[in-house]
Amino acid sequence: MSTEPGALEAALRARRSQGGKAMVPYLTGGLGDWQAGLAAAADAGADAIEVGIPFSDPVIDGPVIQEANDRALADGITPLAVLDELGRLDIGVPLAVMTYYNIVFRFGLERFASVLAERGVAAAILPDLPLEEAGPWAEAADAAGVETVLLAAPTASDERLGRICSRTRGFVYGVGLLGVTGVRDELASSAVVMAGRLKQMTDVPVLVGVGVGTPEQAEEVCRVADGAVVGSAVVRRMMDGGPAAVGELVGRFRKALD
Amino acid sequence: MTMAEPVGGRFGDFGGRYVPEPLVPACEELEAAFRSAWADEGFRGELNQLLADYAGRPSPLTECHRLSEDMGLRLLLKREDLNHTGSHKINNVLGQTLLAVRMGKTRLVAETGAGQHGVATATAAALLGLECVVYMGEVDMERQALNVFRMQLLGAEVRSAVSGSRTLKDAINEAMRDWVATVESSHYCLGSVMGPHPYPWMVRELHRVIGDEAREQCRQLLGSDPDVVTACVGGGSNAIGIFSGFVDGDAALVGVEPAGGAAIGRGVPGVVHGSKSFLMQDEHGQVLEAESISAGLDYPGIGPEHSHLAAIGRARYESVTDDEVVAAFELLSRTEGIIPALEPAHALAWVSRARGELAGKSVLLNLSGRGDKDVDQMMGRLAVDASANGDDGRSG
Ligand SMILES: Cc1ncc(COP(=O)(O)O)c(C=O)c1O
Repeated sequence: MSTEPGALEAALRARRSQGGKAMVPYLTGGLGDWQAGLAAAADAGADAIEVGIPFSDPVIDGPVIQEANDRALADGITPLAVLDELGRLDIGVPLAVMTYYNIVFRFGLERFASVLAERGVAAAILPDLPLEEAGPWAEAADAAGVETVLLAAPTASDERLGRICSRTRGFVYGVGLLGVTGVRDELASSAVVMAGRLKQMTDVPVLVGVGVGTPEQAEEVCRVADGAVVGSAVVRRMMDGGPAAVGELVGRFRKALD
Repeated sequence: MTMAEPVGGRFGDFGGRYVPEPLVPACEELEAAFRSAWADEGFRGELNQLLADYAGRPSPLTECHRLSEDMGLRLLLKREDLNHTGSHKINNVLGQTLLAVRMGKTRLVAETGAGQHGVATATAAALLGLECVVYMGEVDMERQALNVFRMQLLGAEVRSAVSGSRTLKDAINEAMRDWVATVESSHYCLGSVMGPHPYPWMVRELHRVIGDEAREQCRQLLGSDPDVVTACVGGGSNAIGIFSGFVDGDAALVGVEPAGGAAIGRGVPGVVHGSKSFLMQDEHGQVLEAESISAGLDYPGIGPEHSHLAAIGRARYESVTDDEVVAAFELLSRTEGIIPALEPAHALAWVSRARGELAGKSVLLNLSGRGDKDVDQMMGRLAVDASANGDDGRSG
């Protein structure tokens, strides 16, 4: 079932058809002056941005994003407040929210999907909602015109990867290594392998994230992948140097990929 | 009704497999491996042998004559406290560790609250020659220091969970993060009937022995099932184990939660740690931090089958306060010469409070563990109570 691509997929396909590679940074909603951070990332050449809605128990996240979650929650951020702010922003690139399923479940699936659509958020990434459990959410999202990005991991069989690629919308999120989010010294060899396996079986844009922490690593994985998602490195910069530092870092990734 | 296999990994509306994508194939592999092992007489025989010769099963049924008379009911204790390592946790762990070996895994990862599951896992790892890493909340490492040392003596590495409430919930987060990174060589030896499918089902099957034995023992002693079967509930493994012997009959099933960690009493359905179940959470879906005197019950969620049993009305769930638990801990120690763990003292606290309603009835209580691990903590608590009351610290 392939209808017209949504805003996120359209942007990523456009970048690819120009022969380019996509740069998608991640920032935690509610972390300091995060709205300015998003704007800085967009100005520095991000193709799309992932915005985290903090959750108390982020099991796929490493220490950096855990800390960002905790800080934002301590400052009183709520899911609706993140979404309302996103509705007010006008930064010219598609946005995807990334959060855990309980946030969506508690909000109400249909209500969450329609609020995303109303606030102009293109897509949602729910890392603890694998293919087999995604049905009810994905239906609600489809109905509201919201893209559901699925993750694909090195542990999956080709058969499973195929099913993931046909259900994902926006892009397919290749998990670069077995582990939680965080910056590593070197790109895991599994990242390039993952990208290659996915590229062989789908025309949907293939982005790799988790363990892509430096411009050099992004460049390396994008020799095969259509783009990279960069989380912990960006969040670390945000915590240490604020929005300007985020813009500077995203600019360096942009340059490495161009 | 019977306690059958969950359908599609679900007990009614509850359960499921809400895990990060890298873990899905591992859960599928585990489900297939357990299904085949459980149908294999060789595996069952090997496990039963260990349960008998190593863990000391069957555990006895003890009738509490003095306490029964005081309370006006007939109280029977299923003595899981007498198992090797001091609690029911060993039943599950021996099964999962044999399974891990059968699957070719070389390393066990576990979470622990009170330390009993961690000690049991470290024990089984030592017995079968596996590497073992146990995650434990920093707060729990303090209040259960004895168990930390026991795990280290047994050759396990204990790693502290320093995020969030620094208790059981956070230890589970850390164990899952470890498992995501090491899934190819490690088995996650989960300690209760929670988590993604197949854990709630598999762990129940491994604890079913408690209920099967108790049913036979009750029929011998009482000539029938007891009127009431009760157990404390953290994740719910000791409770589901004993319930599974009686769910087909007429006995009332009562789970007892701590007031500060009452998933059914104070929660609404939610999804965390791999399954959908009742969960203490705020209106935005952030999981609340449980607060209980007992590290083993300090958990905001509950296993999905309990949510199902509550939803269909087959079991009911009560909660008790820390003060009631302390009184019950002392009561059993002084009246029957049995120092219970703080966890099953919750079930006794409910029996004690509900003695009017229970008058004349036979009550089977799962004494899930012994109190050695809690003696230090209680020494501190009772000394404080004593100075606050200006008495000798004895109550109840
Ligand atoms: C003695 C004892 N009972 C009960 C529990 C709670 O676990 P569950 O609810 O899974 O039986 C624990 C957990 O540490 C325990 O040590």
